[in-house]
Amino acid sequence: MVISDTSGQSALPPPFAHYDFANSYDEMFDVHKHPRPAYQKLFHSLLEIPAEMLHQLQQDADLIFLNQGITFTVYGNDEGTERIWPYDLLPRIITAQEWDILERGLTQRITALNLFLKDIYHDEHILRDKVVPRALVYSCHHYRHQMRGVNVPLNSYVSIGGTDLVRLPDGQFAVLEDNLRVPSGVSYMLANREVMKRILPSFFVSHAVRSIEHYGQALLNTLISLASPARPNPTIVLLTPGVYNAAYFEHTFLARQMGIELVEGRDLLAHDNIIYMRTTGGLRRVDVIYRRIDDDYLDPLIFKSHSSLGVPGLLNAYRAGNVALANAIGSGVADDKAIYAYLPKIIRYYLNEDPILPNIETYLVSDDLQRRYVLENLDKLVVKAVGESGGYGMLIGPYSTAEQREEFRQRIIADPRNYIAQPTLALSRAPCFLENHIEPRHVDLRPFILHGDQVTIVPSGLTRVALQRGSLVVNSSQGGGSKDTWVLYE
Amino acid sequence: MLSRVADNLYWMSRYLERAEHTARLIDVSLHQMLDHRMQEEQPRWQRLRASLSTPATNDKVDSSYSITELFTFETSTTTSIGYAIAAARENARQVREQISSEMWEQINRLYLQIKQTSIDELWFAQPHAFFSNVKEGVQLFRGITDATMNHSEGWHFIRVGNFIERASATSTLLDVHYQTFFESEQSDHQTAIDHLNYQDWVGLLRSCASFEAYCKVYTAASIQPERIAEFLLFNAESPRSIYFAAGMSQTALQSIARATHIRRHGRVERLAGRLRAGLEYDQVEDITQDIHAYLENIQRQCSQIHNAIYQTYMVYPIDVALRERASGRA
Repeated sequence: MVISDTSGQSALPPPFAHYDFANSYDEMFDVHKHPRPAYQKLFHSLLEIPAEMLHQLQQDADLIFLNQGITFTVYGNDEGTERIWPYDLLPRIITAQEWDILERGLTQRITALNLFLKDIYHDEHILRDKVVPRALVYSCHHYRHQMRGVNVPLNSYVSIGGTDLVRLPDGQFAVLEDNLRVPSGVSYMLANREVMKRILPSFFVSHAVRSIEHYGQALLNTLISLASPARPNPTIVLLTPGVYNAAYFEHTFLARQMGIELVEGRDLLAHDNIIYMRTTGGLRRVDVIYRRIDDDYLDPLIFKSHSSLGVPGLLNAYRAGNVALANAIGSGVADDKAIYAYLPKIIRYYLNEDPILPNIETYLVSDDLQRRYVLENLDKLVVKAVGESGGYGMLIGPYSTAEQREEFRQRIIADPRNYIAQPTLALSRAPCFLENHIEPRHVDLRPFILHGDQVTIVPSGLTRVALQRGSLVVNSSQGGGSKDTWVLYE
Repeated sequence: MLSRVADNLYWMSRYLERAEHTARLIDVSLHQMLDHRMQEEQPRWQRLRASLSTPATNDKVDSSYSITELFTFETSTTTSIGYAIAAARENARQVREQISSEMWEQINRLYLQIKQTSIDELWFAQPHAFFSNVKEGVQLFRGITDATMNHSEGWHFIRVGNFIERASATSTLLDVHYQTFFESEQSDHQTAIDHLNYQDWVGLLRSCASFEAYCKVYTAASIQPERIAEFLLFNAESPRSIYFAAGMSQTALQSIARATHIRRHGRVERLAGRLRAGLEYDQVEDITQDIHAYLENIQRQCSQIHNAIYQTYMVYPIDVALRERASGRA
């Protein structure tokens, strides 16, 4: 059915007629332009469904998201408005073997990261052994000296992590970055699945897709496991910055799924190092806080004093062991992009194992030689600020203007500690239904890892799509979209 | 529930009731204006201001057009419909996950409707249609609330807000009206009303959505100030009477007390109970001597109940709450 032509474009049957192939790994098609085994059924279904029907299904999906108010706030437009979650109809499929590697690799990674955090806030063995430079750790904005010597429940600093994975041209998954402070997106992962089940149940039935409905329960269990054993019926809350936050939808969604109270800083108070929430029935003690507020805004007495989002006295209650936080204060050291470059060494140091999931090659511009290389090759590299997320503070060399490169050159020279560079990756591409035909777009994958009394990784993740043709930026805060992500039973 | 959430629900409800009341009042006033001469507009609009607890000004009001604009769209006036609906929506938005999605959609719809109307559109189209939309929009919201929200603590806070606002607004309206039109020292039987005042009394009833109900209890020929006061204050069956509102408030507060198991609710329950009991046992003959004082007392009691709600459920001092926790532990 595949007619190859000399232009290098595929002449796949409609709706794939506009499908082009590039250097990146294609999720659906192999190098011979045949659908991969896991995608065969989907491919054949798509040949049979008329484009108008697909278009209708896409609209049905959009309507469900609209009616349920599933939105995301996009900045950078003229209005920082709520937009309906941009969703692509076609699922992204991961085989059981591929998932097995991911699961083992992510488990290994989160275990090592937690050991690392425990170590640097206590005995600092890894620093004394000079595996990671002490200066690098101490100069990290997110290193919180207030956490020196503080014990956290189960030694679990990162209880909820979201690691961004990309697939390299050879088909192997690699870690692009870790998000260990306030990772978001799981509600969209769950919503995408719900919508898919509603509009295309037939697709589901013909594949054996692993369920992810238990995420809420797993998250709740993880949070409960952090509570002090002396508190048999712990009160768990989700601390949100409030309605104006970009991820507010997710905060309400998760609170509802878990049946826990959604609170803002002003609902909580600290008294005698115990955290209470103000209810109509009086003060109620809080045991575990799933906090969706960054360290800087958590406690105005300790961190940024002008913040009204946090709870004065929270840090002291935390240090006294009277309340647990997910994630722990000071976890941000571990998702600093410069520390990321040391992850393979960190894994080997604590676990005596080679990393199952490789890192992307990373240049630390704080090193003179590496900096020189980077500055000479800005047009080929991706430069990132170490503490940012959301795709901001980033230069994508091949798509940049001379002014942008010059700006980053100045920034790197002025503050080398806070930048890293990586080669521009050809992220894998997956088929998307766009304007009546199917075209490939760059995707990544963010699975969510829970770490409490055990490590739980729900078999799926948020597959983010760079919806604009040619774009490599998948972050939803800059207008990316997402897909339902299927992990098959076999 | 979180104190903040109760606070938001309560105020959402109060603002909605306020918007509905204001819409009805302006609608009736505009209609009445048609039967009056221009020079009589000034006192009417000053009365309207007073009824809505807006301070009277010495500026000469230009026209019904400008006062309609003031009370409908002017968002710097806290008594305008636009302000009230925007405030109600903002309160709802803060606690969106506590209300049903149908409730949110309705309040959002109402808000957008008002936002998208300009004073000129309103004026040159049919003002009546606009105000009806506001009234119906709020009434629809009430119906949706009752039908889709659990009648638990949050719902009871919504009820309290609704009825405290109604009691307060109705007593203010009555007070202003009686001060203008009722001479109690005239005689000890019903005062004669000339044909213009008759319309004002009917207007009062209509402003409280009570004209037809009143006529079922008394007859249309019997538009008499004391009977009207009796109906609007004491009637047990009219959902618009202040007695009814006091009763509903008390019931809601009792439900909240049961739901929260708080021990400090005694004061707020006593205040609510006293208001209701007063309205249950007082008779219009006893109060016509000084109806102003009586109505002012009602407003004061509403205000006290409001403050007591806050003291008990929302802004209670920490040490009081901690003492209660300590003594409450088994």
